[in-house]
Amino acid sequence: MMKNSSKLVGYIFEFAWILPSVAIPVAVITAVIITAFAVGIRVPDIAGRIDPVAINNVAPFNEPGVRELAPGRYEATLIAQTFLFTPNEIEIPAGSDVTFVLTSRDVIHGFKIVGTSVNMMAVPGQISKMTAHFPEPGEYLILCHEYCGSGHHVMYGKIIVK
Amino acid sequence: MAAITRPRGAERVLATDRFATEIRLARLNILIAFIALALGGLMGVLQILQYNGIDLYRFIKPILPGGYYQGLTLHGVLNVLVFTTFYIIGFLTLITAKAFDKPLVHKGLGWFTFWLMLGGLLMTALPILLNNATVLFTFYPPLKADGFFYLGLTLVVVGTYFLLLNQALTYRVWRKENPKAKIPLPAFMAIVTMSMWVIATIGIAAEMLFLLIPWSFGWVEGTDVLLARTLFWFTGHPIVYFWLLPAYISWYTMIPKQAGGKLFSEPMARVSFVLFLVLSIPIGIHHQYTDPGISAIWKLVHFIFTVGVFFPSLLTFFNVVASLEHAGRSRGGKGWLAWIFALPWKSATFTAQVFAMILFAFGGAGGVINASYNLNLVVHNTAWISGHFHLTVGSAVALSFMGMGYWLVPYLSGRRLFSNFLGLAASWCWLIGMILFSHFMHMLGLLGVPRRSMLGGAPYFNESTYAGVAEWRLLLPVAMVGGLVMFVSAILFYTNMVLTITRGQPEPNQQIPFAEKISGPEDVPAVLDRFWPWVVGAIMLIAINYGPTLYYLISTSRLNIPGLRPW
Repeated sequence: MMKNSSKLVGYIFEFAWILPSVAIPVAVITAVIITAFAVGIRVPDIAGRIDPVAINNVAPFNEPGVRELAPGRYEATLIAQTFLFTPNEIEIPAGSDVTFVLTSRDVIHGFKIVGTSVNMMAVPGQISKMTAHFPEPGEYLILCHEYCGSGHHVMYGKIIVK
Repeated sequence: MAAITRPRGAERVLATDRFATEIRLARLNILIAFIALALGGLMGVLQILQYNGIDLYRFIKPILPGGYYQGLTLHGVLNVLVFTTFYIIGFLTLITAKAFDKPLVHKGLGWFTFWLMLGGLLMTALPILLNNATVLFTFYPPLKADGFFYLGLTLVVVGTYFLLLNQALTYRVWRKENPKAKIPLPAFMAIVTMSMWVIATIGIAAEMLFLLIPWSFGWVEGTDVLLARTLFWFTGHPIVYFWLLPAYISWYTMIPKQAGGKLFSEPMARVSFVLFLVLSIPIGIHHQYTDPGISAIWKLVHFIFTVGVFFPSLLTFFNVVASLEHAGRSRGGKGWLAWIFALPWKSATFTAQVFAMILFAFGGAGGVINASYNLNLVVHNTAWISGHFHLTVGSAVALSFMGMGYWLVPYLSGRRLFSNFLGLAASWCWLIGMILFSHFMHMLGLLGVPRRSMLGGAPYFNESTYAGVAEWRLLLPVAMVGGLVMFVSAILFYTNMVLTITRGQPEPNQQIPFAEKISGPEDVPAVLDRFWPWVVGAIMLIAINYGPTLYYLISTSRLNIPGLRPW
């Protein structure tokens, strides 16, 4: 009898714990899906392959740099290689939306613009794409955050928002 | 090696011990594991000093020509691949046999496992030490290491398969002798862990055999970087559960006893283990949210399943804490929370492992953030990840394994622990050092500091006009203090271990602290005593969650990326 009642208490405790154990994950999933699809904070998707040997001859990587697509909308094409980005410094006007189109000439590199949600890998053979909005003037760091060799820590670039 | 097999007295006792082979295998594996942890940990100290402008690599240039990045490769390979794998294989070999109360049926297979793993380890170590494999423990191509680096790692992994074979053969014999009994909980957990691991390694095995080994030995010209990376993370995520589950085995089946109580619920413990078997693997793409060439939809699916793994983790949290509460009350503890003070805080093995749990609670919460799809964009490849990793594998796993060492090393050496006090001091130092280190690494990550970068020599850190760097400079020294306190902890730990096996009082006939249960095997439904339904479930879920992405990557694959050695 004693044993049974203590087991019943045990089941109640188990149930009381299982409820939040289900509710917390469900809440996390819901919150993330809302930010992804209602607010529009997306992760990189499939954006095509490219032969790294042919980078210099294939658009848009044959002319890396910033292009204006429409008023306030820009596309920045960059190539990552040991141990620099081409171009290494980008200038854009404040208030613009910039789509970064990126690939690597050699090994895997990282591409993080500190203080924004742009964070993607530059993988040889693949094209990476992400868009960010730059409301205020200022200086932003572009960091390579994937180990790419003995000069990894010297690999960085800048975005100047004017 | 000679030291650990002494004294002669204990060795003579071993000759008549039914479990002599398991004890010898566990000794050797755990000895290698702790040597790896010591060397790998030392590299970590050099790293945090370097970040703060103290460059000690200059003094060891003859033995470490590759400097920071070669040291970083050692730090990762030794700590998360060698230390964990050897410790786990040694521990599970012993635990499986002891829980079945039956030596593993095939002694030769046990030794074959050991020698294959050791051979693989030496084969991997040589290129790393010669600076021919400075590719970090993730070895992403097209960074191209010496072929023997990949071959050696493959042999270590293949070696572990034979423990599962040995466990399965032993289980079959045990089942014939015990047709009605439930599998003893530690044995069940050990076999689930190894089954999960063997399925999980399909990814890395395919990466090694079809991509990296033929490419690094020059049999093919190029490789597919994204496919290799995806296969790596197929194994790279579940490997963290391979590290964690043996610590869970201790938390579930031994800590309740060491705390002076019983395990709250064996059925619930089994539920959490089979869920880890099913859910650990089909979620690896959450390490690749920032990768190009993988559909954002499959990234989202892997996110949802990853959050699903949070469920068995919370079950574990509840079950272990409920067991601790039972222990606290059995020892006369009262009140809602005051029972905590009745727990055996004077025991080093108990305290170390409970500290590991506390640190892991924060690591787990951070892990949910990392896995949360777009939230990952804030933290991916920043110092936040290093902070997270040190709370999980560096605390939940490493501190637990060190804490288990306070009974396991005495058990294996037949000697009493040299000093419980030193063990307690080491545990407190690890807790305090890790809180400082990991908290400030998390903060630095949020400020944009990249992980695995030689910050002390980075121009964006030292010469840049970027204003945010000032904050980095404030926080990095605190992380360094944390690292140094952990270094003190490690010195205390190793002093204690060396003195235990050389100077400890002989104490034969020690027992493994297996716990009793409040709700035990009699409450376990038959389905929680089987492996196949869960193995089939795991494989089906892997096929669903990985099938389309792997099919797409393989069907569009071109082996056209040559290797490079930029170090």
